[in-house]
Amino acid sequence: MSRSAVRREGSAFTGLGPVFMKEFADHLSSARMMVLMLFVIAFGAFPVASSLQQLRTVTESDAFLFLRIFTSAPDSLPISFVFALNFIIPVMAIGLGFDAVNSEFNHRTLSRVLSQPIYRDALLLGKFLGGLATLAVALTALWLIVFGAGLLLLGLPPRGVEVARAGCFLVAAIAYGGVWLAASLLFSVIFRSTATSALCSLGLWLFFFLLWPMIAQAITLGLAPAQIRSAEEYLAIEQIGLVLARFSPGTLFSEAVVGLLNPETRTFGSMLPAQMRGVIPGAPLPLDQSLILIWPQMTGLIAGTIVVFAAAYVIFQREEVRA
Amino acid sequence: MSDPSASGNVIEVRGLLKLYGATRAVDAIDLDIRRGEIFGLLGPNGAGKTTTILMLLGLTETSGGTVDVLGFDPVRQPLEVKRRVGYLPDAVGFYDHLTARENLRYTARLLAIPRRDAEKRISDAMESVQLADVLDKRVSTFSRGMRQRLGIAEIVMKKAEVAILDEPTSGLDPHATFELLEMIRGLKKAGVAVLISSHLLDRVQSVCDRVALFNKGKIALMGTVVELANKVLGAGHPVLVEAQGVDIAGALRGVEGVQTVVAVGEGGWRIVADRDVRAAVAQRIVSSGGALTRLADLQPSLEEVYTRYFQEERHVA
Repeated sequence: MSRSAVRREGSAFTGLGPVFMKEFADHLSSARMMVLMLFVIAFGAFPVASSLQQLRTVTESDAFLFLRIFTSAPDSLPISFVFALNFIIPVMAIGLGFDAVNSEFNHRTLSRVLSQPIYRDALLLGKFLGGLATLAVALTALWLIVFGAGLLLLGLPPRGVEVARAGCFLVAAIAYGGVWLAASLLFSVIFRSTATSALCSLGLWLFFFLLWPMIAQAITLGLAPAQIRSAEEYLAIEQIGLVLARFSPGTLFSEAVVGLLNPETRTFGSMLPAQMRGVIPGAPLPLDQSLILIWPQMTGLIAGTIVVFAAAYVIFQREEVRA
Repeated sequence: MSDPSASGNVIEVRGLLKLYGATRAVDAIDLDIRRGEIFGLLGPNGAGKTTTILMLLGLTETSGGTVDVLGFDPVRQPLEVKRRVGYLPDAVGFYDHLTARENLRYTARLLAIPRRDAEKRISDAMESVQLADVLDKRVSTFSRGMRQRLGIAEIVMKKAEVAILDEPTSGLDPHATFELLEMIRGLKKAGVAVLISSHLLDRVQSVCDRVALFNKGKIALMGTVVELANKVLGAGHPVLVEAQGVDIAGALRGVEGVQTVVAVGEGGWRIVADRDVRAAVAQRIVSSGGALTRLADLQPSLEEVYTRYFQEERHVA
């Protein structure tokens, strides 16, 4: 009988609750969390403050004025709050996860904890969920601060649909954090050194953030024929470019956010004249249609999280506990 | 498989095997640990002691053979085994940013001990390892010896039936070692079967009821220290004699039972006899006009057994 065929008894989730609670409490009370929150406030508050400054001067009527706090990039500072989140979230997630498993190893607590009635499954999942809950708390706090600031400075209550869209945006932000948390957890399982793990996580993020858009573009250009003769050809090439760009979780997040916070968005690529038939330019989509539009992006983010976490899980199961 | 509770064994290992590639880290060992005894796993580093322990706990997969811990199979029922067995790893670590109480509380939650019950068990356990006064201090301020004691407290709090201690005394000063060994005796008194792995022999000898000597993944020798000594050093009563003003070798030649007389150092002699010859030896030395300064019964030392065994191994190889 092969060893892998042996069925183990007892739930894989035994002990998940205590691990989750400990990780969550540790994160919330840690000095690292304070630093990360300072980082978030520094990078998040500035775009929000500037965009609020600008939005106060807007006189034309805008049905989704409140959502513009998140998306508008003021002239004085060419980054919007959403763009700032695009790199705040990965840095936070990596900061919370890069030493999750290897620090237990280095402090020699791993074998002691695993000698309690608990499977490795529960330990890894508890660490992931603890990190994700921390991230969710931090992002929700940030979201509420932005909302509150908007209420105070714009003097205008958001409409229900705006709150709903902003709420969906918060969910997308947490899902985006999940990908990077899982990735940093994976590196913390692979590497014994926390520095190496942090470096690899940040390196991967920089690769997707800075290099991948250029690489995707270069590949697309390489695949394109010398002369584009028809609209179909152009669309096909554009499609390749989009598919490549979507390998980056950042692209998925950006598209999801654009779809949610700019209700006018109907597609992420070009539209053929045939598709434009009957469209009122600039008219917003209803929320459910926007959700359908960004559904693939959300699925991609969640699926990415699951795949990366599964990889971490498989490697962790095979790892020797002894130092 | 026989029922261990009937035979009085808490751990039964048969033909346990662990392969790392082509290397046999643990090579088909058989081992029985009885209820309430202190059992020593001895051997050089890399002999397979820790691997064996991890397999007993279900923390590493076995490559063959069977293990039975308190009637459970660590491969299939690791949670049941780990609920009943306390483990103190080599150089145990605790969460430095938490206090001793918080560390034990986390373990208690993992063990699903009810909260009210847990607080009482934590303070009792800390009392028993004399750490009650640092219960609310951060573990980062603890010395190595205190961490090891905290590890013992965790086992006490767990109310484990079997305690597995991996190199519990390594890196401790003599006083801390003495205290730790006292606590291990305390575990035994509480009815816990204790399995100690170590390469520090003289320390372990003083607490172990039985020992197993590991060598290259196999158990080379197993039994009480005296049994091992008889096997490796040969049967007989060794006696150390120190005397002046007499030719001891000559004087003792006629004493009945004496087998060998070997000089060890200045004025000292090591005598091996087939019975206790101390009275006769003393009488003979005094009657020969010598001044007897020392006459000691030499307990067989595990260190000697160990050294001799591995010397012989090397000669054979």
